[in-house]
Amino acid sequence: MRAVSFENVCFSYGNEEGAFSLNNINLSVEEGEFVAVLGQNGSGKSTLARLCNGLLTPRSGKITVLGMDACDAANTFEIRKNVGVVFQNPDNQTVASIVEDDVAFGPENIGLPREEIGRRIDFALSAVGMEAYRNATPARLSGGQKQRIAIAGVLAVMPKVLILDESTAMLDPRGRKEVMDVVLRLNKEKKMTVLFITHFMEEALLADRAFVMHRGEIVMRGAPREIFSRADELETYSLSLPAVGQICRKLRQKGFPVAECLQPEELAKEIERCAFRQNI
Amino acid sequence: MKDVTFGQYYPVDSFVHKCDPRMKILFLVGYLVAVFLSADFYGLGACAVVLVLCVAFSRVPVRSVLRSIKGVLFLIVFTAILNLFFYQGETTVVIAGVSLQWGIINITVEGIRFMIFVMCRIFMLVMASAILTLTTTPVSLTDGLESLLTPLKWIRVPVHALALIMSIALRMIPALMDEIDRIMNAQRARGADFSHGGPVKRVKAIIPVLIPLLLSALRRAEELGDAMEARCYTGSQTRTRYKKLTFTWRDPVIGLLCAALIAGVVLMNIYLPPIL
Ligand SMILES: Nc1ncnc2c1ncn2[C@@H]1O[C@H](COP(=O)(O)OP(=O)(O)OP(=O)(O)O)[C@@H](O)[C@H]1O
Ligand SMILES: [Mg+2]
Repeated sequence: MRAVSFENVCFSYGNEEGAFSLNNINLSVEEGEFVAVLGQNGSGKSTLARLCNGLLTPRSGKITVLGMDACDAANTFEIRKNVGVVFQNPDNQTVASIVEDDVAFGPENIGLPREEIGRRIDFALSAVGMEAYRNATPARLSGGQKQRIAIAGVLAVMPKVLILDESTAMLDPRGRKEVMDVVLRLNKEKKMTVLFITHFMEEALLADRAFVMHRGEIVMRGAPREIFSRADELETYSLSLPAVGQICRKLRQKGFPVAECLQPEELAKEIERCAFRQNI
Repeated sequence: MKDVTFGQYYPVDSFVHKCDPRMKILFLVGYLVAVFLSADFYGLGACAVVLVLCVAFSRVPVRSVLRSIKGVLFLIVFTAILNLFFYQGETTVVIAGVSLQWGIINITVEGIRFMIFVMCRIFMLVMASAILTLTTTPVSLTDGLESLLTPLKWIRVPVHALALIMSIALRMIPALMDEIDRIMNAQRARGADFSHGGPVKRVKAIIPVLIPLLLSALRRAEELGDAMEARCYTGSQTRTRYKKLTFTWRDPVIGLLCAALIAGVVLMNIYLPPIL
């Protein structure tokens, strides 16, 4: 089944018809897919995420989430149970002053019995590797830990689709990697559909597919490697290659015969190969 | 500033800590009633004994309990002076031949006794409330209040929503403290001065901090609202609770103690000769 599909979706925040924040969006994400969404500030990524779980409703067009019509308010609750959204700032997502209580918030809202809520907390905290912090105070955790608690809070509802809206933006490289590992594992092991909104190209590289947004439209789509092979086009949308890709490009411009690569290991191998050949 | 939390929870494991918050709140109410019913030092004496018992069984250092007096010291001194000067007594105090009476001010023996009585009363009220906040986390306090106020749901008071608002407010305090720090530093970097000048100048310096704080609190509230909705919050009655408050053997014990105290105070009022 399709996890999420948009058909000719338009959306604007204001009442005037002119400026659309999203303009004629068509997309579909299959269940179990890991999709990255890229785009400069104000390109409409967050708006897209909010449309997926009924926080916003489109001006026109059709949004279907797991077979349910997202524009029908009667489906909103069911959709929110199945589509979890993690936002950017963990401080503005925690409701309780004890980790356990915060993770319990979602399951409480969907009216689960106590024993089941307990199991959900166990599951969610172990999924993000935070079992040891069950009784901690979120305010005293580090940024990465807070964000993992925010993810756990969403996971406890056991959504089929997980949307992360720049959830790694505030984290240091290590915190980013921690969150990324958790998400990748959920995608692989639990077959969770993931929509990963990010400004970090390195993270997008790990996705099955990527969308590039620009001024409310999806302007590029495809496998991340394929998208990153069109560096000039990316540049017109104010995006850049992953750092390694940029280095590669510069080297090639200087006449160094490395193949195009995007990951550090690949580049190291390439350089080794070239250096070896020149020695002979 | 991060460690500033509302109330002053003192984390140790004790009999009082383990009591159900609902029972503790009821106990406090009962205790306050007993203190106010006491018409004389006998009753207050009984209340004092119970207070000492509570402190002993809470394992909170006496110093920490006493510290909470600081906040109301002014109130105590103020009421004490009022009572001392204006109590309508009969035997005016005479020191070294000088009668302590000037105009409407009249210091009497009865006045001094009554002043001590009132000070003891306020002291005990504050101590008892302090023990409650020292031994109960803010979260279980709100839970307890919510549970006790449940009957109000019958007259359509949104008890649950109110309790949620309170607990979110509590949880936001450290975040807002951080925010204040951040804004004040930003203002300092632009040359604001918060630590010099008279009171008027200082209050004026605070205003540019309050406005960004308010704006950021509103922005936070909006984001939090979205995040809560995204986590299926609808405010409906079908919501369940993970943490359930349960009474244990301790709760009837302190309940009985409280009832005995009130009964004792009433009996003492009736049968013992007045001192005041
Ligand atoms: N609450 C709002 N009210 C009015 N306009 C808004 C609102 N939120 C966003 N917009 C507008 O909608 C457009 C898309 O915003 P959106 O937040 O989706 O961008 P984004 O891709 O998430 O950007 P960023 O990378 O900065 O998060 C922007 O032009 C923005 O100005
Ligand atoms: Mg955004």
